[in-house]
Amino acid sequence: MAGDFSRQLDLGDSSGKNIWKKLHLDPKLFALLMILALAGLFILYSASGQNISMIYRQATYYGLGFSIMLIIAQFHPRWFQMAAPWMYGAGIVALLLVFLIGVGAKGAQRWLSVFGVFRFQPSEIMKLVVPMTMAWFLASQLLPPKFKVIAISMGIIFVPTLMVMKQPDLGTSLLIAGSGIFALLLAGLSWRWIALALVTVLAIAPVMWYGVMHDYQKQRVLTFLDPESDPLGSGWNIIQSKTAIGSGGVEGKGWLQGTQSQLEFLPERHTDFIIAVFAEEQGLIGVLLLLALYLAIVIRGLYMASKARDSFSRLLAGSLMITFFIYVFVNIGMVSGILPVVGVPLPLISYGGTSIVTLMAAFGVIMSVYTHRQA
Amino acid sequence: MSFALKDDRSEKEIFAHRAVLASVFVFFLVLVLATRMFFLQVTEHDVYATKSENNRVQLQPVPPIRGLIFDRNGVLLAENQPSHSLTVVTERVDDLEQTLALIDTLVGLTTDEKEKFLKRVNQWRRPYEAITLKYKLSETAIAKLMVNNPFLKGVQVEAELIRHYPKGADFAHVLGYVGQINEREKKRLDPSRYKATRRIGKIGIERYYEDLLHGQPGFQKVETNAQGRVLKVLERKSPTPGRNLILNVDATLQKKAYDAFKGRRGSLVAMDPNTGGVLAMVSSPSFDPNLFVNGISHNKYNSLRDSLDKPLFDRATRGQYPPGSTMKPFIGLGFLESGVTSWSEKIEDPGWYMLENDERVYRDWKRKGHGDAIGLRHAIIQSCDTYFYEMSFRTGIDYLNPFLTKFGFGKNTALDIGNALPALLPTREWKKKHRGRSWYAGDTLNLGLGQGYMLATPLQLATAMSVFAAKGEWNRAKLVQFIDSEELKEETKPDNVVIKNPDDWNRMGRAMEGVIKHYLGTAKGLANNLNYRLAGKTGTAQVVGIKQNEEYDSEALLERQRDHALFVSYAPVNDPKIAVAVVVENGESAGSTAGPIAKIVTDEYLASLKNLDNHLGETYGR
Repeated sequence: MAGDFSRQLDLGDSSGKNIWKKLHLDPKLFALLMILALAGLFILYSASGQNISMIYRQATYYGLGFSIMLIIAQFHPRWFQMAAPWMYGAGIVALLLVFLIGVGAKGAQRWLSVFGVFRFQPSEIMKLVVPMTMAWFLASQLLPPKFKVIAISMGIIFVPTLMVMKQPDLGTSLLIAGSGIFALLLAGLSWRWIALALVTVLAIAPVMWYGVMHDYQKQRVLTFLDPESDPLGSGWNIIQSKTAIGSGGVEGKGWLQGTQSQLEFLPERHTDFIIAVFAEEQGLIGVLLLLALYLAIVIRGLYMASKARDSFSRLLAGSLMITFFIYVFVNIGMVSGILPVVGVPLPLISYGGTSIVTLMAAFGVIMSVYTHRQA
Repeated sequence: MSFALKDDRSEKEIFAHRAVLASVFVFFLVLVLATRMFFLQVTEHDVYATKSENNRVQLQPVPPIRGLIFDRNGVLLAENQPSHSLTVVTERVDDLEQTLALIDTLVGLTTDEKEKFLKRVNQWRRPYEAITLKYKLSETAIAKLMVNNPFLKGVQVEAELIRHYPKGADFAHVLGYVGQINEREKKRLDPSRYKATRRIGKIGIERYYEDLLHGQPGFQKVETNAQGRVLKVLERKSPTPGRNLILNVDATLQKKAYDAFKGRRGSLVAMDPNTGGVLAMVSSPSFDPNLFVNGISHNKYNSLRDSLDKPLFDRATRGQYPPGSTMKPFIGLGFLESGVTSWSEKIEDPGWYMLENDERVYRDWKRKGHGDAIGLRHAIIQSCDTYFYEMSFRTGIDYLNPFLTKFGFGKNTALDIGNALPALLPTREWKKKHRGRSWYAGDTLNLGLGQGYMLATPLQLATAMSVFAAKGEWNRAKLVQFIDSEELKEETKPDNVVIKNPDDWNRMGRAMEGVIKHYLGTAKGLANNLNYRLAGKTGTAQVVGIKQNEEYDSEALLERQRDHALFVSYAPVNDPKIAVAVVVENGESAGSTAGPIAKIVTDEYLASLKNLDNHLGETYGR
């Protein structure tokens, strides 16, 4: 019904529709993503201190991302279903390798160097592989999931989660866990289990605090609770980003005019804190427009997921979309000071190739499940 | 695997249901973010706008340029040299040790520089205050630091003006020096004037005239980035530079005088009797004041402080010596003024003097005495002690003390030499208070010879000689002649010394001329190559109070137990232009050590005046 509605909105040009069909792309989602990417380049131009070579690189990443999306969209979802357990196995091996031969920075070991040619983060791939595996597993089970299924699901989710947490990369590990859990929720996990899980999380929080978290991670949480306690150390980032956002006001200071960002008060302004640059320069109006854009992408994505041909496709696309939104929420939440600072980039806006490519691959999956529903 | 059949339809429904819930949840979270943004950007906007503005714009004080100091002929004595310094804001440095190591490999650091820097790091200072690590960077060093800027967080190259004293040791005690403002000074200083100032006058003219030399700071509103680097000056009010000082001191004369000591311990003060202007003021040995500008190292300071020759001690204004026979012209005038004797009275000098009811024998410096008919004139020429014992006894302390006070003894009369000591002109009350005994007649006899309790500084002797040369007319000693183009005002002067018979000034002057010209004169050696009329008086002061308790250094101590040699003079006698007082510590013979130094300075000064006259004559056809 809603699909009919969307078709009616399409221009009557049947040849144009055919092109999208042949490309296995959804024009609406594609358009939204294009808008986001273009906006991203403009924001980055200002946030990078008008570093044109950074813009070229980011544009290249976008090109790479859109290409990967296009390629992945061509695969029938059943390929993902078949590949899921293998990819999961490979992912676990890669994470193990990180421990053994990984390279790191700032006390964390996250990277894997491939023949010394390029480096990649297996944890980034797991963001895609875990929901895929969950969808594969749940699709083969009777839904809504019962205890045994839930227990196995927990195993699938928390093995890679804990491995990433130990790298240590708290932010990514929580997002990996989240992406798996969303699949479970979308599969119809009963409310009793959800309530139980919430209680469990509250119970194990102290264990995490004393047993698992590194000092710098604890520091982040402490700073989150009271940023003024260390205004020049770890509180600096959050104070400066709040100042940037707040001083932007309703209309913003104008593109390239944000003093907080342009005068380098704002740290990591072109990566994790890029939303502060945007909020300072474009104001509340700009922020609301950006949030609307993200909201449109997520709603469209969820709608596309619900139209998919089978449980695997639905669960995979749905959990990827929610995960995507969670990135948005966590990033903006942390920069605006309602969540602790964890290293999560703003999806498709922050500078960085890995994140763009992974996210666009996820959108490729969504395109695939939506465009392959009849066959 | 599962026993029940999978029901795609129901699964699809479950999913649709959950997807709607998820959409609601997403929408709710977006609302949360929007609310948060609204709170920051609308509700709290003013707070953050102010914060951001404070971040961006800083009101920086701009230090004023310190006033210059010139000698009487316009020779630069204290200037401000541009210099590049390496400063560190330790709060911005992640790893201080590593940063220092890197700087060391780039430009090299001496242990001295490191030590001084680390000392400052641990001292109290304003948060985010830059601490200087290295001064006077070379062009190459600056380039190296610039290139490595990304690895040197919190490190900056700053251009600043640094005080420099081109004449070095010659003027150390006159000018003093500026040094880093310390904690105590910081509390005392007006923060609005000194916020941007790093150094302050510590001693000498630099300290006395600090207020004038410093100037008024300006300010600038600047836009800075997070590293504190100034990106743009938004508004600027220029500082008012400090005022320039033109001294009475003659740099050439000063150098001649300092060199004349050849490193011996001693002091010379030369004044213009007509103005009180200090023409030269020397304390030897001296030190290089430039060492103190950027903070002197421990080792160097300790070696200066512990040197037996005490180079840091300003003998001219703070060295208190028994003036000895250099007091005789003043005391002699006192005899005449009190009426106890006249120029014509002659007494017998057997070489000793005794008081009634006192067994002590007061000896003349000449064992056999100066003959059986000695008057005031020859008591001056030959420095006859017996005559002065007798006349001092007759005059008494109650007359002598107030009379000598008129010449400035026992107080600091200098106009702009803040730390000059009053030394000591004893009174009955003083002795009672400090020695617990009443004044004896014998104390008066000692005073009559400028010995006993009496102490005077070279500056006081020169001042007294200057007043004497001006026939009692007072001009206070002053180092500064002009502040910019404004003449230094002398608002209060001590009362002029008025005597009953003004011709006594001339007669006493001629007697002092005899000290040099007469074949019995105690400074007759100075008569050679003398082409003007010089009046002088020698003096020796016994060195007391040094105990011979350290065997190993007995030779040095012996040398230090010799008498101090003193000499006071003025010239030309008929039209005095310069009055001089010289002390050579342990110089023994005044006529051959202190006298020649005074003559060198007098020769030089009178010659320079003559040159100036000739020059003016040629220029103006006089």
